[in-house]
Amino acid sequence: MTTAPPHPSGAPPRRRGETAIELLIWLAGISAIAIVALIFFFLLREGINTFLDIPLRQLFGVRWYPIEEQFGLMPLLVGTFLVTIGAVIIAVPLGVVAAIYLGEIAPLWLREILKPLIEILAGIPSIVLGFLGWVALAPIIQNAGAPTGLTAFTGSLLLAYMSLPTIISISEDALYAVPKEYRDGSLAIGATQWQTIWRVVLPAARSGLVIAVMLGIGRVIGETMAVLMVTGNAANIPNFGLSMFFSPVRTMTATIAAEMGEVARGSLHYSVLFGIGLILFLITFTVNWLATRLVGVEGARRQQGGRL
Amino acid sequence: MSRQQSQRLAVALITTVAVLVFVPVIAIIGYLIISGIGALNWEFLTAMPRNGMKEGGIMPAIVGTLILTMGTALVSMPVSLLAAIYLAEYAKDNRLTRTIRMAIVNLAGIPSIVYGLFGLGAFVLAAGFGTSIIAGSLTLGIMTMPVVISTAEEAINAVPQQFRTVSLSLGASKWQTIRHQVLPHALPGILTGMILGLSRAAGETAPILFTVAAFYVPTLPSSIFDQTMALPYHLYVISTQVPGMPLTIQYGTALVLLLITLTLTLLATGVRTSMRRRRDW
Repeated sequence: MTTAPPHPSGAPPRRRGETAIELLIWLAGISAIAIVALIFFFLLREGINTFLDIPLRQLFGVRWYPIEEQFGLMPLLVGTFLVTIGAVIIAVPLGVVAAIYLGEIAPLWLREILKPLIEILAGIPSIVLGFLGWVALAPIIQNAGAPTGLTAFTGSLLLAYMSLPTIISISEDALYAVPKEYRDGSLAIGATQWQTIWRVVLPAARSGLVIAVMLGIGRVIGETMAVLMVTGNAANIPNFGLSMFFSPVRTMTATIAAEMGEVARGSLHYSVLFGIGLILFLITFTVNWLATRLVGVEGARRQQGGRL
Repeated sequence: MSRQQSQRLAVALITTVAVLVFVPVIAIIGYLIISGIGALNWEFLTAMPRNGMKEGGIMPAIVGTLILTMGTALVSMPVSLLAAIYLAEYAKDNRLTRTIRMAIVNLAGIPSIVYGLFGLGAFVLAAGFGTSIIAGSLTLGIMTMPVVISTAEEAINAVPQQFRTVSLSLGASKWQTIRHQVLPHALPGILTGMILGLSRAAGETAPILFTVAAFYVPTLPSSIFDQTMALPYHLYVISTQVPGMPLTIQYGTALVLLLITLTLTLLATGVRTSMRRRRDW
Protein backbone atom coordinates (compact mmCIF):
# COMPACT_ATOMS: atom_id res chain seq x y z
CA MET A 1 0.00 0.00 0.00
CA THR A 2 1.38 3.39 -0.91
CA THR A 3 1.01 6.28 1.46
CA ALA A 4 -0.50 9.38 -0.05
CA PRO A 5 1.58 12.54 0.40
CA PRO A 6 0.11 14.91 2.97
CA HIS A 7 -1.99 17.56 1.34
CA PRO A 8 -2.10 20.99 2.94
CA SER A 9 -5.82 21.51 2.43
CA GLY A 10 -6.93 17.87 2.28
CA ALA A 11 -8.10 15.49 4.97
CA PRO A 12 -5.78 15.22 7.97
CA PRO A 13 -3.57 12.14 8.08
CA ARG A 14 -5.19 9.09 9.61
CA ARG A 15 -3.88 8.02 12.99
CA ARG A 16 -2.78 4.43 13.39
CA GLY A 17 -5.64 2.06 14.01
CA GLU A 18 -8.23 4.32 12.48
CA THR A 19 -8.41 2.30 9.31
CA ALA A 20 -9.18 -0.76 11.42
CA ILE A 21 -11.90 1.06 13.36
CA GLU A 22 -13.46 2.42 10.21
CA LEU A 23 -13.45 -1.06 8.70
CA LEU A 24 -15.31 -2.33 11.80
CA ILE A 25 -17.81 0.51 11.44
CA TRP A 26 -18.42 -0.43 7.82
CA LEU A 27 -18.84 -4.10 8.71
CA ALA A 28 -21.34 -3.22 11.45
CA GLY A 29 -23.15 -1.04 8.94
CA ILE A 30 -23.73 -3.82 6.47
CA SER A 31 -24.43 -6.39 9.20
CA ALA A 32 -28.15 -5.57 9.04
CA ILE A 33 -28.30 -6.81 5.45
CA ALA A 34 -26.32 -9.92 6.39
CA ILE A 35 -28.69 -10.69 9.28
CA VAL A 36 -31.83 -10.42 7.16
CA ALA A 37 -30.18 -12.74 4.63
CA LEU A 38 -29.12 -15.19 7.36
CA ILE A 39 -32.60 -15.29 8.90
CA PHE A 40 -34.08 -16.03 5.49
CA PHE A 41 -31.40 -18.66 4.82
CA PHE A 42 -31.95 -20.56 8.08
CA LEU A 43 -35.74 -20.46 7.80
CA LEU A 44 -35.46 -21.77 4.25
CA ARG A 45 -32.88 -24.41 5.15
CA GLU A 46 -34.94 -25.89 7.99
CA GLY A 47 -38.33 -25.28 6.40
CA ILE A 48 -37.87 -26.05 2.71
CA ASN A 49 -39.14 -29.62 3.05
CA THR A 50 -42.56 -28.21 3.85
CA PHE A 51 -42.93 -27.02 0.30
CA LEU A 52 -41.09 -29.95 -1.32
CA ASP A 53 -42.74 -32.87 0.49
CA ILE A 54 -46.32 -31.69 0.92
CA PRO A 55 -48.51 -31.12 -2.14
CA LEU A 56 -49.88 -27.57 -2.15
CA ARG A 57 -53.47 -28.89 -2.05
CA GLN A 58 -52.76 -30.57 1.26
CA LEU A 59 -50.65 -27.72 2.59
CA PHE A 60 -53.58 -25.35 2.18
CA GLY A 61 -56.03 -28.00 3.34
CA VAL A 62 -58.35 -27.65 6.32
CA ARG A 63 -56.98 -30.37 8.58
CA TRP A 64 -54.11 -29.65 10.97
CA TYR A 65 -53.44 -33.01 12.67
CA PRO A 66 -49.66 -33.33 12.95
CA ILE A 67 -49.98 -36.75 14.58
CA GLU A 68 -51.56 -38.10 11.39
CA GLU A 69 -49.09 -36.16 9.25
CA GLN A 70 -51.92 -33.84 8.20
CA PHE A 71 -50.44 -30.38 7.80
CA GLY A 72 -53.26 -28.25 6.39
CA LEU A 73 -52.41 -24.66 7.20
CA MET A 74 -55.88 -23.24 6.57
CA PRO A 75 -57.06 -23.37 10.21
CA LEU A 76 -53.94 -21.48 11.30
CA LEU A 77 -54.27 -18.91 8.52
CA VAL A 78 -57.93 -18.40 9.41
CA GLY A 79 -57.02 -18.11 13.10
CA THR A 80 -54.38 -15.47 12.42
CA PHE A 81 -56.77 -13.67 10.06
CA LEU A 82 -59.65 -13.59 12.58
CA VAL A 83 -57.50 -12.42 15.47
CA THR A 84 -55.81 -9.79 13.30
CA ILE A 85 -59.04 -8.42 11.80
CA GLY A 86 -60.61 -8.23 15.25
CA ALA A 87 -57.60 -6.42 16.68
CA VAL A 88 -57.54 -3.96 13.77
CA ILE A 89 -61.25 -3.18 14.08
CA ILE A 90 -60.71 -2.38 17.76
CA ALA A 91 -57.29 -0.74 17.63
CA VAL A 92 -57.46 1.51 14.58
CA PRO A 93 -60.35 3.73 15.69
CA LEU A 94 -59.07 3.77 19.28
CA GLY A 95 -55.52 4.54 18.21
CA VAL A 96 -56.29 7.22 15.62
CA VAL A 97 -58.85 8.95 17.83
CA ALA A 98 -56.50 8.81 20.83
CA ALA A 99 -53.84 10.45 18.65
CA ILE A 100 -56.37 13.17 17.65
CA TYR A 101 -57.14 13.68 21.34
CA LEU A 102 -53.45 13.99 22.23
CA GLY A 103 -52.56 16.21 19.30
CA GLU A 104 -55.60 18.47 18.95
CA ILE A 105 -57.70 18.46 22.09
CA ALA A 106 -55.83 17.51 25.28
CA PRO A 107 -54.36 20.39 27.28
CA LEU A 108 -50.58 20.43 27.47
CA TRP A 109 -50.33 19.27 31.09
CA LEU A 110 -52.53 16.24 30.39
CA ARG A 111 -50.50 15.36 27.31
CA GLU A 112 -47.35 15.33 29.46
CA ILE A 113 -49.01 12.70 31.66
CA LEU A 114 -50.61 10.61 28.92
CA LYS A 115 -47.61 10.28 26.61
CA PRO A 116 -45.44 8.46 29.16
CA LEU A 117 -48.46 6.24 29.79
CA ILE A 118 -48.24 5.07 26.17
CA GLU A 119 -44.58 4.21 26.67
CA ILE A 120 -45.51 2.29 29.79
CA LEU A 121 -48.12 0.34 27.81
CA ALA A 122 -45.47 -0.40 25.16
CA GLY A 123 -43.17 -1.59 27.93
CA ILE A 124 -45.52 -4.22 29.35
CA PRO A 125 -44.22 -7.63 28.21
CA SER A 126 -46.69 -9.53 26.04
CA ILE A 127 -46.51 -12.51 28.39
CA VAL A 128 -47.75 -10.29 31.24
CA LEU A 129 -50.70 -9.10 29.17
CA GLY A 130 -51.29 -12.70 28.12
CA PHE A 131 -51.29 -13.75 31.76
CA LEU A 132 -53.81 -11.06 32.64
CA GLY A 133 -55.94 -12.10 29.69
CA TRP A 134 -55.81 -15.67 30.93
CA VAL A 135 -56.61 -15.07 34.62
CA ALA A 136 -58.76 -11.94 34.45
CA LEU A 137 -60.14 -11.15 30.99
CA ALA A 138 -61.16 -14.65 29.85
CA PRO A 139 -63.48 -15.24 32.85
CA ILE A 140 -65.16 -11.89 32.17
CA ILE A 141 -65.77 -12.79 28.53
CA GLN A 142 -67.12 -16.19 29.52
CA ASN A 143 -69.49 -14.61 32.03
CA ALA A 144 -70.65 -12.28 29.27
CA GLY A 145 -72.16 -15.29 27.53
CA ALA A 146 -69.49 -16.81 25.29
CA PRO A 147 -69.18 -20.61 25.52
CA THR A 148 -65.57 -20.17 26.60
CA GLY A 149 -63.46 -17.18 27.56
CA LEU A 150 -60.57 -18.28 25.38
CA THR A 151 -61.58 -16.99 21.96
CA ALA A 152 -60.30 -15.12 18.94
CA PHE A 153 -61.96 -12.01 20.38
CA THR A 154 -60.04 -12.30 23.66
CA GLY A 155 -56.83 -12.39 21.63
CA SER A 156 -57.95 -9.47 19.47
CA LEU A 157 -58.67 -7.34 22.52
CA LEU A 158 -55.20 -7.95 24.00
CA LEU A 159 -53.46 -7.46 20.66
CA ALA A 160 -55.39 -4.25 20.06
CA TYR A 161 -53.94 -2.74 23.24
CA MET A 162 -50.51 -4.09 22.38
CA SER A 163 -50.57 -2.40 18.98
CA LEU A 164 -51.97 0.90 20.32
CA PRO A 165 -48.56 2.41 21.14
CA THR A 166 -47.44 1.83 17.53
CA ILE A 167 -50.65 3.19 16.02
CA ILE A 168 -50.92 6.18 18.36
CA SER A 169 -47.35 7.36 18.01
CA ILE A 170 -47.24 7.09 14.21
CA SER A 171 -50.69 8.69 13.85
CA GLU A 172 -49.60 11.49 16.14
CA ASP A 173 -46.53 12.11 13.99
CA ALA A 174 -48.75 12.19 10.91
CA LEU A 175 -51.14 14.71 12.50
CA TYR A 176 -48.24 16.78 13.81
CA ALA A 177 -46.78 16.98 10.31
CA VAL A 178 -49.89 18.77 9.00
CA PRO A 179 -48.87 22.46 8.72
CA LYS A 180 -50.43 24.78 11.29
CA GLU A 181 -51.47 27.12 8.47
CA TYR A 182 -54.01 24.53 7.30
CA ARG A 183 -55.74 24.63 10.68
CA ASP A 184 -55.51 28.41 10.96
CA GLY A 185 -56.91 28.87 7.47
CA SER A 186 -59.82 26.57 8.16
CA LEU A 187 -60.65 28.17 11.52
CA ALA A 188 -60.31 31.65 10.00
CA ILE A 189 -63.05 31.01 7.46
CA GLY A 190 -65.35 29.99 10.29
CA ALA A 191 -65.05 26.22 10.54
CA THR A 192 -65.35 24.68 13.99
CA GLN A 193 -62.48 22.73 15.50
CA TRP A 194 -64.20 19.47 14.67
CA GLN A 195 -64.89 20.50 11.07
CA THR A 196 -61.21 21.44 10.78
CA ILE A 197 -60.06 18.07 12.12
CA TRP A 198 -62.50 16.09 9.99
CA ARG A 199 -62.28 17.99 6.70
CA VAL A 200 -58.73 19.39 6.76
CA VAL A 201 -56.35 17.71 9.20
CA LEU A 202 -57.35 14.07 8.74
CA PRO A 203 -57.30 14.16 4.91
CA ALA A 204 -53.91 15.88 4.97
CA ALA A 205 -52.52 13.23 7.33
CA ARG A 206 -54.08 10.34 5.41
CA SER A 207 -50.93 8.64 4.13
CA GLY A 208 -49.32 8.70 7.56
CA LEU A 209 -52.45 7.20 9.09
CA VAL A 210 -52.36 4.39 6.53
CA ILE A 211 -48.79 3.62 7.57
CA ALA A 212 -49.83 3.60 11.22
CA VAL A 213 -52.51 1.04 10.47
CA MET A 214 -50.19 -1.14 8.35
CA LEU A 215 -47.44 -1.24 10.93
CA GLY A 216 -50.01 -1.93 13.62
CA ILE A 217 -51.16 -4.91 11.57
CA GLY A 218 -47.55 -6.06 11.18
CA ARG A 219 -47.19 -5.95 14.94
CA VAL A 220 -50.44 -7.90 15.51
CA ILE A 221 -49.70 -10.69 13.02
CA GLY A 222 -46.38 -11.48 14.68
CA GLU A 223 -47.49 -11.51 18.31
CA THR A 224 -47.09 -14.88 19.93
CA MET A 225 -47.31 -15.41 23.66
CA ALA A 226 -50.48 -13.50 24.45
CA VAL A 227 -52.44 -15.17 21.65
CA LEU A 228 -51.03 -18.54 22.62
CA MET A 229 -52.45 -18.11 26.10
CA VAL A 230 -55.87 -16.63 25.39
CA THR A 231 -57.18 -17.82 22.00
CA GLY A 232 -58.04 -21.34 23.12
CA ASN A 233 -55.58 -23.31 21.01
CA ALA A 234 -58.11 -24.99 18.74
CA ALA A 235 -56.67 -25.60 15.28
CA ASN A 236 -59.95 -25.77 13.44
CA ILE A 237 -61.98 -23.41 11.32
CA PRO A 238 -65.02 -21.96 13.10
CA ASN A 239 -68.33 -21.81 11.24
CA PHE A 240 -68.77 -18.69 9.20
CA GLY A 241 -70.61 -15.86 10.91
CA LEU A 242 -70.16 -13.27 13.60
CA SER A 243 -69.86 -16.05 16.17
CA MET A 244 -66.52 -17.09 14.71
CA PHE A 245 -64.88 -14.21 16.57
CA PHE A 246 -66.10 -15.82 19.77
CA SER A 247 -64.76 -19.28 18.96
CA PRO A 248 -61.42 -20.73 20.05
CA VAL A 249 -58.80 -20.54 17.30
CA ARG A 250 -55.08 -21.10 16.87
CA THR A 251 -52.74 -18.66 15.11
CA MET A 252 -49.60 -19.41 13.09
CA THR A 253 -47.33 -17.91 15.74
CA ALA A 254 -48.99 -19.80 18.58
CA THR A 255 -48.65 -23.06 16.66
CA ILE A 256 -44.90 -22.65 16.35
CA ALA A 257 -44.54 -21.75 20.02
CA ALA A 258 -46.76 -24.58 21.24
CA GLU A 259 -45.44 -27.41 19.08
CA MET A 260 -41.75 -26.76 18.44
CA GLY A 261 -40.83 -28.04 21.89
CA GLU A 262 -42.25 -31.47 21.17
CA VAL A 263 -41.21 -32.28 17.61
CA ALA A 264 -38.30 -34.46 16.57
CA ARG A 265 -35.57 -32.52 14.81
CA GLY A 266 -35.58 -33.18 11.07
CA SER A 267 -39.12 -34.56 11.04
CA LEU A 268 -41.67 -33.22 8.59
CA HIS A 269 -43.58 -31.60 11.45
CA TYR A 270 -40.39 -29.75 12.42
CA SER A 271 -39.95 -28.52 8.85
CA VAL A 272 -43.55 -27.35 8.63
CA LEU A 273 -43.14 -25.23 11.77
CA PHE A 274 -40.14 -23.55 10.13
CA GLY A 275 -42.21 -23.27 6.94
CA ILE A 276 -44.85 -21.35 8.91
CA GLY A 277 -42.05 -19.13 10.20
CA LEU A 278 -40.98 -18.52 6.63
CA ILE A 279 -44.53 -17.52 5.66
CA LEU A 280 -44.67 -15.10 8.63
CA PHE A 281 -41.29 -13.68 7.64
CA LEU A 282 -42.52 -13.08 4.09
CA ILE A 283 -45.80 -11.50 5.27
CA THR A 284 -44.06 -9.01 7.60
CA PHE A 285 -41.38 -8.39 4.97
CA THR A 286 -44.10 -7.47 2.47
CA VAL A 287 -45.96 -5.23 4.92
CA ASN A 288 -42.77 -3.36 5.77
CA TRP A 289 -41.71 -3.14 2.16
CA LEU A 290 -45.07 -1.66 1.20
CA ALA A 291 -44.89 0.79 4.09
CA THR A 292 -41.41 1.83 2.97
CA ARG A 293 -42.64 2.25 -0.61
CA LEU A 294 -45.46 4.49 0.58
CA VAL A 295 -43.51 6.87 2.79
CA GLY A 296 -39.87 6.20 2.02
CA VAL A 297 -37.40 4.60 4.38
CA GLU A 298 -37.18 7.64 6.65
CA GLY A 299 -40.90 7.58 7.32
CA ALA A 300 -41.09 3.84 7.91
CA ARG A 301 -38.13 4.03 10.24
CA ARG A 302 -40.31 5.96 12.66
CA GLN A 303 -42.15 2.75 13.39
CA GLN A 304 -39.26 1.71 15.60
CA GLY A 305 -39.95 4.64 17.86
CA GLY A 306 -43.52 3.42 17.99
CA ARG A 307 -42.55 -0.12 18.76
CA LEU A 308 -40.38 0.83 21.69
CA MET B 1 -77.57 19.39 14.19
CA SER B 2 -75.89 22.77 14.35
CA ARG B 3 -72.15 23.22 13.93
CA GLN B 4 -71.70 23.96 17.61
CA GLN B 5 -73.64 20.85 18.58
CA SER B 6 -71.57 18.65 16.29
CA GLN B 7 -68.40 20.25 17.67
CA ARG B 8 -69.44 19.49 21.25
CA LEU B 9 -70.53 15.96 20.36
CA ALA B 10 -67.27 15.23 18.54
CA VAL B 11 -65.12 16.47 21.42
CA ALA B 12 -67.17 14.39 23.85
CA LEU B 13 -66.78 11.27 21.70
CA ILE B 14 -63.06 11.78 21.18
CA THR B 15 -62.56 12.29 24.91
CA THR B 16 -64.56 9.13 25.64
CA VAL B 17 -62.33 7.12 23.31
CA ALA B 18 -59.22 8.57 24.95
CA VAL B 19 -60.60 7.42 28.30
CA LEU B 20 -61.13 3.94 26.81
CA VAL B 21 -57.50 3.90 25.72
CA PHE B 22 -55.77 5.28 28.78
CA VAL B 23 -57.84 4.07 31.73
CA PRO B 24 -57.24 0.35 31.00
CA VAL B 25 -53.48 0.99 31.05
CA ILE B 26 -53.72 2.43 34.55
CA ALA B 27 -56.12 -0.37 35.51
CA ILE B 28 -53.73 -3.08 34.26
CA ILE B 29 -50.78 -1.71 36.23
CA GLY B 30 -52.87 -1.10 39.33
CA TYR B 31 -54.51 -4.53 39.21
CA LEU B 32 -51.17 -6.29 38.89
CA ILE B 33 -49.65 -4.35 41.75
CA ILE B 34 -52.60 -4.97 44.05
CA SER B 35 -52.80 -8.67 43.19
CA GLY B 36 -49.07 -9.35 43.22
CA ILE B 37 -47.72 -7.22 46.02
CA GLY B 38 -48.78 -9.76 48.65
CA ALA B 39 -46.46 -12.39 47.20
CA LEU B 40 -43.40 -10.18 47.25
CA ASN B 41 -41.12 -10.83 50.18
CA TRP B 42 -37.48 -11.59 50.74
CA GLU B 43 -37.91 -15.34 50.38
CA PHE B 44 -39.88 -15.02 47.13
CA LEU B 45 -37.09 -12.98 45.56
CA THR B 46 -34.11 -14.91 46.88
CA ALA B 47 -35.09 -18.56 47.35
CA MET B 48 -35.09 -21.50 44.95
CA PRO B 49 -38.51 -22.88 44.00
CA ARG B 50 -39.65 -25.81 46.16
CA ASN B 51 -42.29 -28.50 45.96
CA GLY B 52 -42.78 -28.47 42.18
CA MET B 53 -42.38 -24.68 42.09
CA LYS B 54 -45.54 -24.29 44.21
CA GLU B 55 -43.58 -22.92 47.16
CA GLY B 56 -40.39 -21.01 47.73
CA GLY B 57 -39.09 -18.29 45.48
CA ILE B 58 -38.31 -17.43 41.91
CA MET B 59 -34.66 -16.45 42.36
CA PRO B 60 -33.24 -18.57 39.49
CA ALA B 61 -35.72 -17.03 37.05
CA ILE B 62 -34.81 -13.50 38.16
CA VAL B 63 -31.09 -14.26 37.93
CA GLY B 64 -31.59 -15.90 34.52
CA THR B 65 -33.39 -12.85 33.17
CA LEU B 66 -30.66 -10.54 34.48
CA ILE B 67 -27.96 -12.74 32.89
CA LEU B 68 -29.82 -12.82 29.56
CA THR B 69 -30.30 -9.05 29.64
CA MET B 70 -26.58 -8.56 30.17
CA GLY B 71 -25.79 -11.06 27.42
CA THR B 72 -28.15 -9.19 25.11
CA ALA B 73 -26.36 -5.95 25.91
CA LEU B 74 -22.96 -7.48 25.17
CA VAL B 75 -24.14 -8.82 21.80
CA SER B 76 -26.26 -5.93 20.64
CA MET B 77 -24.66 -2.75 21.93
CA PRO B 78 -21.22 -2.71 20.24
CA VAL B 79 -22.49 -3.73 16.80
CA SER B 80 -25.55 -1.46 16.98
CA LEU B 81 -23.50 1.56 18.04
CA LEU B 82 -20.96 1.03 15.23
CA ALA B 83 -23.78 0.53 12.73
CA ALA B 84 -25.41 3.75 13.88
CA ILE B 85 -22.09 5.60 13.51
CA TYR B 86 -21.80 4.20 10.01
CA LEU B 87 -25.28 5.34 9.01
CA ALA B 88 -24.98 8.79 10.60
CA GLU B 89 -21.39 9.68 9.76
CA TYR B 90 -20.08 7.55 6.91
CA ALA B 91 -22.95 6.31 4.74
CA LYS B 92 -23.39 8.09 1.44
CA ASP B 93 -26.80 8.49 -0.13
CA ASN B 94 -26.55 5.49 -2.40
CA ARG B 95 -28.09 2.13 -3.05
CA LEU B 96 -26.11 0.29 -0.37
CA THR B 97 -27.27 2.71 2.31
CA ARG B 98 -30.88 2.45 1.20
CA THR B 99 -30.60 -1.34 1.32
CA ILE B 100 -29.19 -1.19 4.84
CA ARG B 101 -32.05 1.05 6.00
CA MET B 102 -34.56 -1.22 4.32
CA ALA B 103 -32.99 -4.21 6.10
CA ILE B 104 -33.23 -2.45 9.47
CA VAL B 105 -36.91 -1.61 8.92
CA ASN B 106 -37.54 -5.25 8.07
CA LEU B 107 -35.60 -6.57 11.06
CA ALA B 108 -37.78 -4.39 13.29
CA GLY B 109 -40.90 -5.98 11.82
CA ILE B 110 -39.92 -9.65 12.04
CA PRO B 111 -42.06 -11.46 14.65
CA SER B 112 -40.22 -12.43 17.81
CA ILE B 113 -41.15 -16.10 17.36
CA VAL B 114 -39.36 -16.04 13.98
CA TYR B 115 -36.25 -14.76 15.76
CA GLY B 116 -36.69 -17.76 18.02
CA LEU B 117 -36.75 -20.11 15.02
CA PHE B 118 -33.69 -18.36 13.59
CA GLY B 119 -31.84 -18.73 16.90
CA LEU B 120 -32.74 -22.42 17.01
CA GLY B 121 -31.54 -23.05 13.46
CA ALA B 122 -28.44 -20.85 13.57
CA PHE B 123 -27.08 -20.84 17.12
CA VAL B 124 -28.54 -23.90 18.85
CA LEU B 125 -28.10 -26.30 15.92
CA ALA B 126 -25.75 -25.00 13.20
CA ALA B 127 -23.27 -23.32 15.57
CA GLY B 128 -23.63 -26.20 18.02
CA PHE B 129 -24.19 -24.10 21.15
CA GLY B 130 -27.19 -26.18 22.20
CA THR B 131 -29.95 -24.55 24.24
CA SER B 132 -27.71 -22.18 26.16
CA ILE B 133 -27.31 -18.68 27.51
CA ILE B 134 -25.07 -17.79 24.59
CA ALA B 135 -27.62 -18.93 22.01
CA GLY B 136 -30.40 -17.01 23.79
CA SER B 137 -28.27 -13.87 24.19
CA LEU B 138 -27.31 -13.88 20.52
CA THR B 139 -30.95 -14.28 19.50
CA LEU B 140 -32.19 -11.51 21.81
CA GLY B 141 -29.22 -9.32 20.90
CA ILE B 142 -29.97 -9.49 17.19
CA MET B 143 -33.65 -8.86 17.87
CA THR B 144 -32.90 -5.61 19.72
CA MET B 145 -30.46 -4.28 17.11
CA PRO B 146 -32.95 -2.32 14.94
CA VAL B 147 -34.32 -0.40 17.92
CA VAL B 148 -30.87 0.46 19.24
CA ILE B 149 -29.46 1.39 15.82
CA SER B 150 -32.37 3.71 15.04
CA THR B 151 -32.33 5.59 18.33
CA ALA B 152 -28.52 5.83 18.37
CA GLU B 153 -28.49 7.17 14.81
CA GLU B 154 -31.09 9.78 15.71
CA ALA B 155 -29.02 10.82 18.72
CA ILE B 156 -25.87 11.14 16.61
CA ASN B 157 -27.70 13.13 13.93
CA ALA B 158 -28.99 15.51 16.60
CA VAL B 159 -25.44 16.68 17.40
CA PRO B 160 -25.02 20.03 15.60
CA GLN B 161 -22.90 20.02 12.46
CA GLN B 162 -20.74 22.91 13.74
CA PHE B 163 -19.24 20.64 16.43
CA ARG B 164 -17.82 18.47 13.67
CA THR B 165 -16.68 21.37 11.53
CA VAL B 166 -14.78 22.97 14.40
CA SER B 167 -13.12 19.73 15.42
CA LEU B 168 -12.07 18.92 11.85
CA SER B 169 -10.79 22.45 11.29
CA LEU B 170 -8.54 22.10 14.34
CA GLY B 171 -6.86 19.18 12.63
CA ALA B 172 -8.65 16.25 14.26
CA SER B 173 -9.28 13.24 12.05
CA LYS B 174 -12.78 12.05 11.25
CA TRP B 175 -12.65 9.25 13.82
CA GLN B 176 -11.17 11.55 16.48
CA THR B 177 -14.02 13.96 15.81
CA ILE B 178 -16.59 11.21 16.20
CA ARG B 179 -14.92 9.75 19.27
CA HIS B 180 -14.28 12.99 21.16
CA GLN B 181 -16.92 15.40 19.91
CA VAL B 182 -19.92 13.57 18.51
CA LEU B 183 -20.29 10.50 20.74
CA PRO B 184 -20.05 12.33 24.10
CA HIS B 185 -22.83 14.66 23.06
CA ALA B 186 -24.94 11.84 21.66
CA LEU B 187 -24.39 9.58 24.67
CA PRO B 188 -27.64 10.24 26.59
CA GLY B 189 -29.72 9.57 23.47
CA ILE B 190 -27.74 6.43 22.70
CA LEU B 191 -28.21 5.22 26.28
CA THR B 192 -31.96 5.82 26.07
CA GLY B 193 -32.22 3.58 23.02
CA MET B 194 -30.04 0.89 24.57
CA ILE B 195 -32.03 0.74 27.81
CA LEU B 196 -35.34 0.63 25.92
CA GLY B 197 -33.98 -2.19 23.77
CA LEU B 198 -32.95 -4.09 26.89
CA SER B 199 -36.33 -3.59 28.55
CA ARG B 200 -37.91 -5.23 25.52
CA ALA B 201 -35.41 -8.09 25.56
CA ALA B 202 -35.97 -8.70 29.28
CA GLY B 203 -39.69 -9.24 28.76
CA GLU B 204 -39.54 -11.39 25.62
CA THR B 205 -40.63 -15.00 25.74
CA ALA B 206 -40.88 -16.25 22.18
CA PRO B 207 -37.19 -15.79 21.22
CA ILE B 208 -35.98 -17.72 24.28
CA LEU B 209 -38.49 -20.59 24.10
CA PHE B 210 -36.26 -22.85 22.01
CA THR B 211 -32.88 -21.20 22.51
CA VAL B 212 -32.25 -21.04 26.25
CA ALA B 213 -35.26 -21.21 28.55
CA ALA B 214 -35.52 -24.15 30.93
CA PHE B 215 -38.73 -25.35 32.59
CA TYR B 216 -36.90 -25.93 35.84
CA VAL B 217 -33.25 -26.29 36.78
CA PRO B 218 -32.30 -26.94 40.39
CA THR B 219 -29.07 -24.91 40.22
CA LEU B 220 -27.96 -21.58 38.85
CA PRO B 221 -26.14 -21.70 35.49
CA SER B 222 -22.38 -22.02 35.80
CA SER B 223 -21.33 -21.24 32.23
CA ILE B 224 -22.66 -19.54 29.12
CA PHE B 225 -23.32 -22.96 27.63
CA ASP B 226 -25.88 -23.82 30.33
CA GLN B 227 -29.63 -23.44 30.08
CA THR B 228 -31.29 -21.09 32.48
CA MET B 229 -34.74 -20.30 33.79
CA ALA B 230 -36.06 -16.84 32.87
CA LEU B 231 -38.95 -14.79 34.23
CA PRO B 232 -41.11 -14.49 31.08
CA TYR B 233 -40.94 -18.21 30.34
CA HIS B 234 -41.37 -19.04 34.02
CA LEU B 235 -44.58 -16.98 34.08
CA TYR B 236 -45.83 -18.87 31.02
CA VAL B 237 -44.97 -22.22 32.60
CA ILE B 238 -46.52 -21.63 36.01
CA SER B 239 -49.69 -20.05 34.63
CA THR B 240 -50.48 -22.58 31.90
CA GLN B 241 -48.36 -25.73 32.29
CA VAL B 242 -48.46 -26.54 36.00
CA PRO B 243 -51.89 -27.41 37.39
CA GLY B 244 -52.68 -26.28 40.93
CA MET B 245 -50.18 -23.45 40.97
CA PRO B 246 -51.12 -20.91 43.69
CA LEU B 247 -52.40 -17.69 42.13
CA THR B 248 -50.30 -15.51 44.45
CA ILE B 249 -47.09 -16.98 43.00
CA GLN B 250 -48.37 -16.33 39.48
CA TYR B 251 -49.31 -12.72 40.23
CA GLY B 252 -46.07 -12.20 42.13
CA THR B 253 -44.00 -13.47 39.20
CA ALA B 254 -45.90 -11.27 36.75
CA LEU B 255 -45.38 -8.26 39.00
CA VAL B 256 -41.63 -8.86 39.37
CA LEU B 257 -41.27 -9.11 35.58
CA LEU B 258 -43.34 -5.98 35.08
CA LEU B 259 -41.29 -4.08 37.67
CA ILE B 260 -38.03 -5.04 35.94
CA THR B 261 -39.18 -3.96 32.47
CA LEU B 262 -40.93 -0.83 33.72
CA THR B 263 -37.88 0.22 35.72
CA LEU B 264 -35.81 0.00 32.55
CA THR B 265 -38.45 1.91 30.54
CA LEU B 266 -38.71 4.68 33.14
CA LEU B 267 -34.92 4.83 33.45
CA ALA B 268 -34.68 5.36 29.70
CA THR B 269 -37.34 8.08 29.59
CA GLY B 270 -35.71 9.69 32.63
CA VAL B 271 -32.33 9.83 30.86
CA ARG B 272 -34.04 11.36 27.82
CA THR B 273 -35.89 14.00 29.81
CA SER B 274 -32.84 15.10 31.79
CA MET B 275 -30.86 15.18 28.54
CA ARG B 276 -33.40 17.52 26.95
CA ARG B 277 -33.26 19.83 29.95
CA ARG B 278 -29.47 19.91 30.08
CA ARG B 279 -28.89 20.27 26.37
CA ASP B 280 -27.13 23.60 25.76
CA TRP B 281 -27.38 23.97 21.99
